[in-house]
Amino acid sequence: MKNKSQLKLLLEIFTVFFKIGSFTFGGGYAMIPLIEKEVVENKKWVAEEEVVDVFAVAQSMPGAIAINSATFIGYKISGKKGSLVATIGVILPSFFIITLIAVFFSRFQDTPVVKAVFSGIRPAIVGLISVAAIKVGKASIVDNTGILLSILSVILVVIFDVQAIFVILGGAAVGLAIYCLFPERTAKILSNGGNKG
Amino acid sequence: MIYLQLLVSFIKIGLFSFGGGYAMIPLIQREIESHGWLSASEFVDIIAIAEMTPGPIAVNSATFVGYKAAGILGGMVATIGVAIPSLLLILIVSKYFFKFQDHPANKMIFYGIRPVIVGLILTAAIFVAQTTFFKQDITINLSCIFKNQLSIIDLKSMVIFAFTLAALIKFKLNPILMIVVSGILGLLMSYHEIFY
Repeated sequence: MKNKSQLKLLLEIFTVFFKIGSFTFGGGYAMIPLIEKEVVENKKWVAEEEVVDVFAVAQSMPGAIAINSATFIGYKISGKKGSLVATIGVILPSFFIITLIAVFFSRFQDTPVVKAVFSGIRPAIVGLISVAAIKVGKASIVDNTGILLSILSVILVVIFDVQAIFVILGGAAVGLAIYCLFPERTAKILSNGGNKG
Repeated sequence: MIYLQLLVSFIKIGLFSFGGGYAMIPLIQREIESHGWLSASEFVDIIAIAEMTPGPIAVNSATFVGYKAAGILGGMVATIGVAIPSLLLILIVSKYFFKFQDHPANKMIFYGIRPVIVGLILTAAIFVAQTTFFKQDITINLSCIFKNQLSIIDLKSMVIFAFTLAALIKFKLNPILMIVVSGILGLLMSYHEIFY
């Protein structure tokens, strides 16, 4: 009985990540809106404020963000098996599509129809990611320090071309510094509960 | 033998690229060149194709390079190779992550990291916007922007962008449906360019 329900869960994880892999255009962050919809809203496997933690870990580790976050969420839902199934799910659609393209359409990207379709999808991706940023922001920015850190990281990456990993480490250092230097403030932040672990 | 080479190369690529797919491209280029797996023009194709197909750029390019170098099995081996480091490292990290999740120091670290991630998500939107909303390359200088503001902005994409925002915020449209609809919109708006 237990095995059967676990098998069902694993199958669900696979299906959800296969779907996410099929519709993630333009790199890891484009996954966020899909994860929000499928994993957070529909399946409720991960809480809204945890999505940020997933991406914090995924960005801080080497490798593709999409694979890292699939592995991480899969592990959270159902341990090692869950992570394996989620990873395979997110990889397979690209594997099939790219193999097909490599075998059959060598000039795929120059086809006018493909170009036209993408002239529509790209701006939609901008919209999707922006809305996801607002949603994630609402769940994870709890005070003015947070707003400041967000603005600062955009400036550092866009204008000064700082690598994401260093900005993340900087954020961690700020949090740790508050923990070590301002115990009262730390207690206040943690007791607010707006920043659930 | 070539399979083993592909596996090792792509494990290396997966292990040493921080910051996702685009950060991998120079590493992939180095491996391709040292093994002579692809020509320079084929490599440029990879980036275009990886952007225009769904899925992680890392997986797209691994599959493509592997296929060109050694057929379907090659594509499979390269894809597995690029995923292995992530899988193992994240497994180790998640184990400790969930163990120390409730420690106050850890909570405070994430208190600092979370706003940064929000910033990084916004950054991703900005980067896609740069390649989308302007007809020319974004490395144009400021005076040029002020002189002919309207002519360099791609109106079509602005319209679709506004439509997306409205649909997402007002009607909470499913992102997958959104992508399909916007693809169709793009096709309809370029209809005359394709068929006439």
